[in-house]
Amino acid sequence: MKKSNIIMLIAALLPLGLFLFPLWNITLEAPQYPIPLGMNIHINDFADAHPHDIKNINLMNHYVGMKYIPDAIPEFKIFPIGIIISTIIGLLIAFKGNYKWFLGWFILMVVLSTAGIYDFYLWEHDYGHNLDPKAIMKFTNPDGTVMGFQPPLFGTKHILNFTAHSYPRLGAYLLGFGIFTSLIAYFIGKKQVKKV
Amino acid sequence: MKKLFNSTIGFLIIALIFTSCNNGESKSNSALSSNVAEKVYVAPGEHDEFYAFISGGFSGQLSVYGLPSGRLFKVIPVFSQDAEKAWGYNEETKPMLNTSHGFIPWDDSHHPDISQTAGKLDGRYIYINANNTPRIAKIDLTTFETTEIIEIPNSAGNHSSSFVTENTEYVVAGTRFSVPIPQRDMSIKDYKGNFKGSLSFLKVNPENGEMAIKFQILMPGFDYDLSHPGRGKSHGWFFFTTYNTEEANSLLEVNASQNDKDFIAAINWKKIEEYVNNGGGTKMPTNYAHNIYSDETHTATSTMINEVLTVNPLDVPGAVYFLPTPKSPHGCDVDPTGEYIVGNGKLSANLTVHSFTKMLDAIENKKFDGEAYGIPILKFEDVLAGSVEQPGLGPLHTEFDGKGNAYTTFFISSEVVKWKLGTWEVLDRKPTYYSVGHLMIPGGNSAEPFGKYVVAMNKITKDRYLPTGPEVTQSAQLYDISGDKMELLLDFPTIGEPHYAAGCPASLIEANSKKLYKLEENKHPYAAKSDADTKVVRKGNEVHVQMTMIRSHFSPDNIEGIKVGDKVFFHITNLEQDYDVPHGIAMIGANTSELLIMPGQTETFVWEPKQVGVWPFYCTDFCSALHQEMQGYVRVSPASSNIELSWSLGDDF
Repeated sequence: MKKSNIIMLIAALLPLGLFLFPLWNITLEAPQYPIPLGMNIHINDFADAHPHDIKNINLMNHYVGMKYIPDAIPEFKIFPIGIIISTIIGLLIAFKGNYKWFLGWFILMVVLSTAGIYDFYLWEHDYGHNLDPKAIMKFTNPDGTVMGFQPPLFGTKHILNFTAHSYPRLGAYLLGFGIFTSLIAYFIGKKQVKKV
Repeated sequence: MKKLFNSTIGFLIIALIFTSCNNGESKSNSALSSNVAEKVYVAPGEHDEFYAFISGGFSGQLSVYGLPSGRLFKVIPVFSQDAEKAWGYNEETKPMLNTSHGFIPWDDSHHPDISQTAGKLDGRYIYINANNTPRIAKIDLTTFETTEIIEIPNSAGNHSSSFVTENTEYVVAGTRFSVPIPQRDMSIKDYKGNFKGSLSFLKVNPENGEMAIKFQILMPGFDYDLSHPGRGKSHGWFFFTTYNTEEANSLLEVNASQNDKDFIAAINWKKIEEYVNNGGGTKMPTNYAHNIYSDETHTATSTMINEVLTVNPLDVPGAVYFLPTPKSPHGCDVDPTGEYIVGNGKLSANLTVHSFTKMLDAIENKKFDGEAYGIPILKFEDVLAGSVEQPGLGPLHTEFDGKGNAYTTFFISSEVVKWKLGTWEVLDRKPTYYSVGHLMIPGGNSAEPFGKYVVAMNKITKDRYLPTGPEVTQSAQLYDISGDKMELLLDFPTIGEPHYAAGCPASLIEANSKKLYKLEENKHPYAAKSDADTKVVRKGNEVHVQMTMIRSHFSPDNIEGIKVGDKVFFHITNLEQDYDVPHGIAMIGANTSELLIMPGQTETFVWEPKQVGVWPFYCTDFCSALHQEMQGYVRVSPASSNIELSWSLGDDF
């Protein structure tokens, strides 16, 4: 097996780490939460960072009319299937294909990931802006529009008394590393072909 | 006596110097206190190094302090009703205060002791005695709640209690007052020779710390004052001080102070345990309560037990001896090695220390000095290790620092005296303000004391704090004992009257402290674990409301169909699963306390409405920004009304 195909094999396997490790994490800090509230987003689940965190995030957020974080969303079914299918394609390419296919897989994965992030953004936006009209507390921005409570897609943001952090976790790093590795496999494969 | 005279003169001179230059004293004090302040300063948000569990005495409770700051964290309700926490008021904890005399709302708590493993504190449980109606309580140090109370039959004035053996095999409860056993109608004047003193050994279940009376030794009718277990080489023995060996039944302050020597009773409990395990002892009919609180049902049950196993010490040869000890000894303290047994003869000029090794030798070689009611008395000279000569007046209690030093409190001369084990020389003395009783070094009653601080617990404070009318606080004082000389660091007020205390490094307990009760583990028969479980059910004139509470509403919060003459049980479950989010509830006109319910817990109060109307209830613990909105109404209709029960929350319930 060629060196580039071995690297491609590794690249195709790395995204499977998403089944073991969380994809993303949102953490909320506030003075009265010396242990911050946190939620780990897996490809098939929302999980408490500490026991009961999601319940307590819901309790906090209902004051401003935010919906409860759902137990399940359609993405939890779609994402795992997407990862498994793209891994199978990646493995087939690694065993059978040449380096040009590696680039194809790389582009496929970049497109899928971008779509995933966009989907995540849409959910976050809805979560932060689609508020109950009977909300206990209503806040407006300086320009008079209704204040939203959307957590950042990536980074840190102050929302009222909370500081919200939103960052990728090991699962996302493995996915990203896998995608990047497929690009390396492509360049190595290309170089080897030229040598020959 | 000469030394005492000299030190009195010395003290007078010092007192004169201080009174003649008051300004100088306060200046030097402030220079000193800046250095001292650093030693007790625990910065905001920082934690103390030690827990101190200080008994509440006539408050009946146990207080939790931090050392060195002297900050009060919690008062754990034990033997007295506590309206703040609904202890003994709510339906769940009323059985905890049940006894053979019925429900008792108060007691006098004295001697907390932390459970031990291999002679060292293990920080799992605290046991504490009720002095008046004899009982022992167990406090679970994961929840800091009282989870068991067991009554001690055939006992009266449960004072030489509740000390644990080095592996918490037993918790021991000795009677202070001897009484007729079994109780009967007889002339008080016939006390002598007829009354008995019971020493009870409660076997501890190593799994959950629960107690069961294994046997009671029926001793001669003396007063059994205090006790401590042997440890290390003397493990298997227990030592009890006695007074009133005169067996007086009136004017004891005179009549019980006549004998030159009273006794320390040495009990070989391993020998008696073996005797009992082989079928020894006599079962005696009796009646006592055993109350257990469950963290799963959040409810206590009280069981009456009607038999106890008694042991006549004469039936177990070699198990019980008397060690003559001068003048009504009070504290009975065993050093960390288990070799020395200190008898704090409260009316004696000297402090008597017995040697365990010499005691065994005296027993083996039958160095007896007569007997009392058939129990051999060992020769004083043959068990004496040494005595501390004229260390002060009125010695009460001794603790140890684990570095070969002992610290004894002197009530009359109001001081703590440091002396050396083995050489018996006095090393240092510091005044207490005033009239110190017990003292406590964390781990001081174990094989491994943490000899950094000693806490002196004083009976009298007079001018030490801002006055509060005729009744002023009692007080603890913290001394640094890490150096050669003791240094007074801090005064801090205590609840009730502090008798003994127990302390241990915070690290032993801190990590095990529970943050909440898990809702899914709640097995209360009337728990409502979600809004779907809430309901109101009538059974004749009893109405059971199963209600939930969460930030910031009750569910249901409107109830109709209650009638005058009903007995309404409010069973309320706190649905929160977050640290430090309790909710309270109080109902106008309810003849009981509020409830203060921890996350995941269910508690019940009873309300018997007497007047027609619409009556509100509300949350008593400021729980959130919407706390003031956490309220509800109950409609009470005339007894003859036929309005059906209904309940709701919000418009769309």
